[in-house]
Amino acid sequence: MALFVTENVSKHYAGHTALDKVSIEVPEQSIFGLLGPNGAGKTSLIRIINRIIGPDEGNLYFKGEKLQQKHIYRIGYLPEERGLYKKMRVGEHAMYLARLKGLSKRDATIRLKEWFDKFDIGSWWNKRVEELSKGMQQKIQFIVCVLHEPELLIFDEPFTGFDPINVNILKDEILKLRENGATIIFSTHNMASVEELCDHIALIDRSKKILDGKVKEIKNQYRSNAYSITFDHFDGLLSSLLDDRFEIMDEGEDEDRRFANVRIANGLESKDLLEKLVKTLNIHSYNEILPTMNDIFISVVKENEGR
Amino acid sequence: MKKILLVIQREYMTRIRKRSFIVMTILGPLLMASAFVIPMYLATLTDGEKRVVEVLDETGWFYEKFRDTDEFEFKYTVKDLETAKIELLENDEFALLYIPRRELTIPSSGILYSMRQPGIDLKSYIRNVMSKEVETQKLRINLNEMVLSEEDRERAMKLPELIRTNIELSTMKMDETGGEEETFTEVMMAVSFVSGMIIYMFIFIFGAQVLRGVMEEKTSRIVEVIVSSIKPFQLMIGKIVGIAMVGLTQFLLWIILTFAIVSAFQLAFADQMPGPEVQMAVMQQDAGLTEALASGDDQQIARVFEIINSIQYDVILISFLFFFLGGYLLYAALFAAIGSAVDSETDTQQFMMPVTIPLFLSIIIANIAVYNPDGQLALWFSMIPLTSPVVMMARIPFGVPIEQIWISAALLILGFIFTTWVAARIYRTGILMYGKKVSYRELWKWLTYKN
Repeated sequence: MALFVTENVSKHYAGHTALDKVSIEVPEQSIFGLLGPNGAGKTSLIRIINRIIGPDEGNLYFKGEKLQQKHIYRIGYLPEERGLYKKMRVGEHAMYLARLKGLSKRDATIRLKEWFDKFDIGSWWNKRVEELSKGMQQKIQFIVCVLHEPELLIFDEPFTGFDPINVNILKDEILKLRENGATIIFSTHNMASVEELCDHIALIDRSKKILDGKVKEIKNQYRSNAYSITFDHFDGLLSSLLDDRFEIMDEGEDEDRRFANVRIANGLESKDLLEKLVKTLNIHSYNEILPTMNDIFISVVKENEGR
Repeated sequence: MKKILLVIQREYMTRIRKRSFIVMTILGPLLMASAFVIPMYLATLTDGEKRVVEVLDETGWFYEKFRDTDEFEFKYTVKDLETAKIELLENDEFALLYIPRRELTIPSSGILYSMRQPGIDLKSYIRNVMSKEVETQKLRINLNEMVLSEEDRERAMKLPELIRTNIELSTMKMDETGGEEETFTEVMMAVSFVSGMIIYMFIFIFGAQVLRGVMEEKTSRIVEVIVSSIKPFQLMIGKIVGIAMVGLTQFLLWIILTFAIVSAFQLAFADQMPGPEVQMAVMQQDAGLTEALASGDDQQIARVFEIINSIQYDVILISFLFFFLGGYLLYAALFAAIGSAVDSETDTQQFMMPVTIPLFLSIIIANIAVYNPDGQLALWFSMIPLTSPVVMMARIPFGVPIEQIWISAALLILGFIFTTWVAARIYRTGILMYGKKVSYRELWKWLTYKN
């Protein structure tokens, strides 16, 4: 079942269209990657989901209900552009943001203490925000964002400003949140983390959704029927072993091995290529070349530009 | 609503604890005193109407002694006081100066009757002319009697002391029915100055705080986190109200502190220091009221209230609080809108002009109004919401028809509802707009976005 649905959502500003009939479905307990080049309209969509701005057209549903103001307490949002009041004390500040999200003073205190212990930052409580480094401030923001245990979490570029160790801590926390039942919308330009975390994605370009679905299915859809092979040196050309149904995309060698990437024609299977080679070559490895999300992103966006 | 309270609480608490707040609270009463100097200077700029003062001099000492000034023309008449007063009401003359004759004594007092409140410059002019004339006459009498003897020489030594004269000039304000009201010009002027100035300063100081607060939220990028929990309008209103409460707190502390300082000085220099008239007047009222309440005499209570009403302290106090808050709310909304539209302090300038000009204008008009509270200038500017808080407050202590206050108040309410509406529309777009140099045309577009 979909936790969050947008239906033909459009947003126009004087002179330009930020979103053009965008429909997405975010399945419950998934990590949903919201991708797209800069200025594509991702932030507008996220703001509409958070009810910070309203759509000009279209409908939004939270767990089947029309999105209303009461739902925002069940959403946690970590914006890309985020900051804190510099002069406030860390604990006081976290309390303020927690209570704005509807937590009682008591609940907020208990949960904050828990999280501060978990991240081992209890000693920051009475420091001023301006005394913390940027990464430390980001941690506070992350805590405050998840503190009220929302059903839907929206992270916009959550890893910027973190060192690799903290990125891993954060990734673990995000996965744990999903295990505990949360649904996560995750917007980023870091395709590696998309592959690592996301189950579903939607790609928005120039205010339109141009691709969406399960990550696995998309990868399948964009596979190119190409294989990479490494093998021992042999006298002769690789092409002499193959007919014109096989295309050698790339070929090379180093000190002890040779390698090649070969695309096979539609209708053929991996074993057809293997059969041709296996008699002559000492094969060390044989792998299908799957497109990375990065490749898919670039090719889809370029294709869209061409239109 | 609960969320707005949280915002108000944060705005209030973080500001109250600031060092600058504590410093201002202590310096405030001192700054207030210095703030008097500027209006005094500006007060020399007056309307330019020439007003007629009729002189009814029973002593005959001062005939032709008052010379026409830039503002006043003196006419001398011989008739009885009652006719003169009636004529003052009929002919549209400004004031009547009555110098009564006293048997066997040197004239030392006069009464100034006027439909309107005579300014302090007229009073001091009359006082000066009268003292000089009386001193000259006294000197002449003394010299005439002089015979050169030991005794006389001693007496001559004491001459300066002998001829020192203090002219007592009380003023009577007359209303349409010909009744007389004793008014205290100086009291009124002080109240008028102080309340106008405080409103002006309050708007400027705390309006600027709203501006900086909104800009801080925008530039530190905290705003998007907050507006995902509450509506932008709630955040804006919370900030404006929170800062208003900081202002009221500061004002209250100023009053307490000023009162404490003044009382301390009065105790220390009980004889040398003339008590500030404002305070005396207020204290007299209070004493009378308490006495009356204690005695439980209905009639007496009624009379005390009548006196209070005649001086309109209730009107002054209520309207002070009203115009104080109304003016702040009107301007604070505009300051919030400006803060939301810009990215840095330097960008604020182009939008500050239309906000600061009416404020400056209002304090200049207020200073003219103190000298001519019923002039056309004062009347109109006490109706326009952008200037009315300061100008109306400068007029009210002199007695303004109640319907004028109501109209002005209603216009001010409409005014701040309008500015808040405008500000809210600019604000909700502006706070999320980064890196864009905003023009007036752009602001107009934001105003017309539907949402």
